[in-house]
Amino acid sequence: MTTTVLPRVTYVNVKTTVASWLLTKDHKRIGILYLGLVAVAFLLGGIFAAAVRIELTTPQGDLLSADSYNRMFTAHGVMMVFFVLIPVVPGILGNFVMPLMIGAKDVAFPRLNLLSWYLLVIGFLFTIAALVSGGVDTGWTFYTPYSSLASNSNVVMTGLGIFIAGFSSILTGLNFMVTIHRMRAPGMTWFRLPLFVWALYATALVQILGTPIIAITLLMLVLERVLGFGIFDPRLGGDPVLFQHLFWFYSHPAVYIMILPPMGVISEVITCFSRKNVFGYSFVAFSSLAIAVFGFLVWAHHLFVAGISPYSAMVFSFLSFAVAIPSAVKTFNWTATLYQGAIWLQTPIWWAFGFLGLFLVGGLTGLFLASLGLDVHLHDTYFVVAHFHFIMVGGAIMGFFAGLHYWWPKMTGRMYNEFLSRFAAILVFVGFPLTFGPQFILGYLGMPRRYHVYPDEFQVLNVLSSAGASILAVGYTLIALYLLFSLWKGEKAGANPWKATGLEWQTESPPPPDNFAVTPIVTEGAYEYSKREIKVA
Amino acid sequence: MTGHVSPKRVYYAIFASLMVLTAITVSIAFIPLGRLNFPVALSIAILKATLVVLFFMHVKYSSRLTKLICGTAFFFLLVLFGLTLSDYLSRGWYTAPGGTTGAGTRVRIGPAGAAPGER
Amino acid sequence: MPDGLAAHADLHGHAHDPALQHHFQTLDQQHEAATLGMWVFLVTEVMFFGGLLMAYLIYRIWYPEAWAEGSEELSIALGGFNTVVLITSSLTMALGVRSAQTGTPRATVKWLLITIALGLTFLVVKFFEYKEKWDLNHIPGPNFIFEGRPDLAPHLEIFYSLYFGLTGLHALHMVVGVSILSVVAWMAYRRRFTPNWYTPVEISGLYWHFVDVVWIFLFPLLYLVDRARQVS
Repeated sequence: MTTTVLPRVTYVNVKTTVASWLLTKDHKRIGILYLGLVAVAFLLGGIFAAAVRIELTTPQGDLLSADSYNRMFTAHGVMMVFFVLIPVVPGILGNFVMPLMIGAKDVAFPRLNLLSWYLLVIGFLFTIAALVSGGVDTGWTFYTPYSSLASNSNVVMTGLGIFIAGFSSILTGLNFMVTIHRMRAPGMTWFRLPLFVWALYATALVQILGTPIIAITLLMLVLERVLGFGIFDPRLGGDPVLFQHLFWFYSHPAVYIMILPPMGVISEVITCFSRKNVFGYSFVAFSSLAIAVFGFLVWAHHLFVAGISPYSAMVFSFLSFAVAIPSAVKTFNWTATLYQGAIWLQTPIWWAFGFLGLFLVGGLTGLFLASLGLDVHLHDTYFVVAHFHFIMVGGAIMGFFAGLHYWWPKMTGRMYNEFLSRFAAILVFVGFPLTFGPQFILGYLGMPRRYHVYPDEFQVLNVLSSAGASILAVGYTLIALYLLFSLWKGEKAGANPWKATGLEWQTESPPPPDNFAVTPIVTEGAYEYSKREIKVA
Repeated sequence: MTGHVSPKRVYYAIFASLMVLTAITVSIAFIPLGRLNFPVALSIAILKATLVVLFFMHVKYSSRLTKLICGTAFFFLLVLFGLTLSDYLSRGWYTAPGGTTGAGTRVRIGPAGAAPGER
Repeated sequence: MPDGLAAHADLHGHAHDPALQHHFQTLDQQHEAATLGMWVFLVTEVMFFGGLLMAYLIYRIWYPEAWAEGSEELSIALGGFNTVVLITSSLTMALGVRSAQTGTPRATVKWLLITIALGLTFLVVKFFEYKEKWDLNHIPGPNFIFEGRPDLAPHLEIFYSLYFGLTGLHALHMVVGVSILSVVAWMAYRRRFTPNWYTPVEISGLYWHFVDVVWIFLFPLLYLVDRARQVS
């Protein structure tokens, strides 16, 4: 007599047809779908960046014409902002992990969740179509009146693509907000929630309140181009700066959509790998909300030299300084968590350390730009470019990789190769400052952004920057390779390879379709590390 | 699960109020109140909207969370309006060479060769 | 217990209302999630219209004369009539929700159909208003002419851009609303709703009332600008 042991049912093997993936309502599968889409977008955005950096190795405009260069950096910006940075952490890690963290079976509206992914796909396809058929030359900021009246590029198609992608973001925010309010397991009170959930909640606030504004603004731009409506047309008495106000009313809070979830990831990773409860839990939780709210009050710091009233500029400058405070609170709390912790140096915390250093630089340089007098000198120079790349790449993307490496065993049931993952991290830690550090100096020296030619004396710094970019490219490619390889040959991970707290680690890796065999009942706070082992091996 | 069920007479009363307020807002529009016409019309609209939100949309009988959500939407709309207006309404305060000092001043692009300040 | 419940119990080994979706623990939780979701969606709609209203506000302050001129040209009779129609439709919608709450499906269907009819009336009137604008060349764009005050024509073009933008967006929302209500009316006709579960009626009601609230603001903002100057 023989007995057959059936393989355990996971969200991966429960059904393996293509249709079962493309029509899934499972938040875990949707997270994986986002991973695929965002990875493709990141690759494309990286290729556009490569074109830019290769052109900038020489002072002359030899690789690309001015017009082609404009289209290239616009493509890079649009792809990275709307199809990588906005969806990367909420779409991938938020979708996969958040319902597990709160002990739910799924998000509140699973079909809406799938719709969110499809909207991002459709927006992506619109944008690709626009790029392939000639691109856009306005910059990702689409300033009028150039974008509304003069540019002969595919503004409308790109605008529509972003409009559609925006609804993806809105619906995700809506879904997460309702889920967090209404689907927490018994005993999971607000102050027992992991900080990643607080971060996603604050992000949802911004997605819901901010994104509709860029939607209507792009719609107005499209109407102006297609039908001749004259809302921003100076020949009719319209104000092009009004476009800037409306555009940045969303686009500034958007950067908080991009950074809040990675900050939540960092909170999780730092507590786990210091084997310690986070320092000042409620401060970190409330600082997420504060950043979300304050982030709506500062947008006109992008308009300091656009012709707004200096009195209004003073108000926005003051508020821009104020918004740095909750971010500083987080940084202090993370540092205090690390202090006297039993640091366990695994790949996720390597990325977290990278985040801490680089986000600090990026954040502080934001204060330089918030100072009115300095901004007159620095606006539209490479200083700004360096500032936001430090936060977005050095901060948000590194935070994402910290989370990806942390939750990879949970998502796939496999461990990646630790040597390769550390090597890739080192490549990025070397490549990144080399790419963007020189740009601070270039900006201070006066090199403007969005120009494909520059004076000869800036070449050395530009070459350093491009060299750094190639190292970054190798690093990121290596990450994709060893992660994919782990799916095939990686060591099998158990339910809780990091011996972490959190409900997501109480279920199998990969989790079963319904997440938990029995609905968990929560009786303790989020980070009771005093009861956990220090290390695994 | 049944939520609060309002008696029909409440709905009819609110409807009647909304009709009266509509008539008032149209009539007042023709009474010259100068700069007050706009705030008055806006206030009546806000009152009508409040009645719809509280009674037709049941917010009066809803959870605190629902009330908070309504308030939040209104608050952020005010942030958009208020902070943007802080720019537009204070633009004329700064006297540049040849500029004007009137509130709400905006630069008009004059004919080529015009001196600054010339229209 | 009702047939659906028994059949559902057989399938699952435990009895629960067939309307309960499986990722929820109770029907109550599901209902609260649905209504919260609709409220959050309405917040996004407030901000969506808010962007257009921001533009309106700036230009009203800058160009009061063009605003008065443009507004005067709009028909208070038609706009006022539409306001009455829409407010009445809000009443009938509220009564429709109430019928669903009290388990009277025939009344629910009746009130929903009247609401739809009123919504369609609004759209028909809007169509005639737009057609008049078309005939007068008041549609902004390359063919825009304003014969009465050619000196104000550029600013008037902005006014009409915002008029069409705001009312057009509103009309689009009405079309969506009428479509949703048609589906819900059909569900009511098929006796899908009980006093225990009538969520689709409730949340489409919330959406409909929101569309009414938007018009409550659009009417004075567009049709009643500086009407008193004709008198003085």
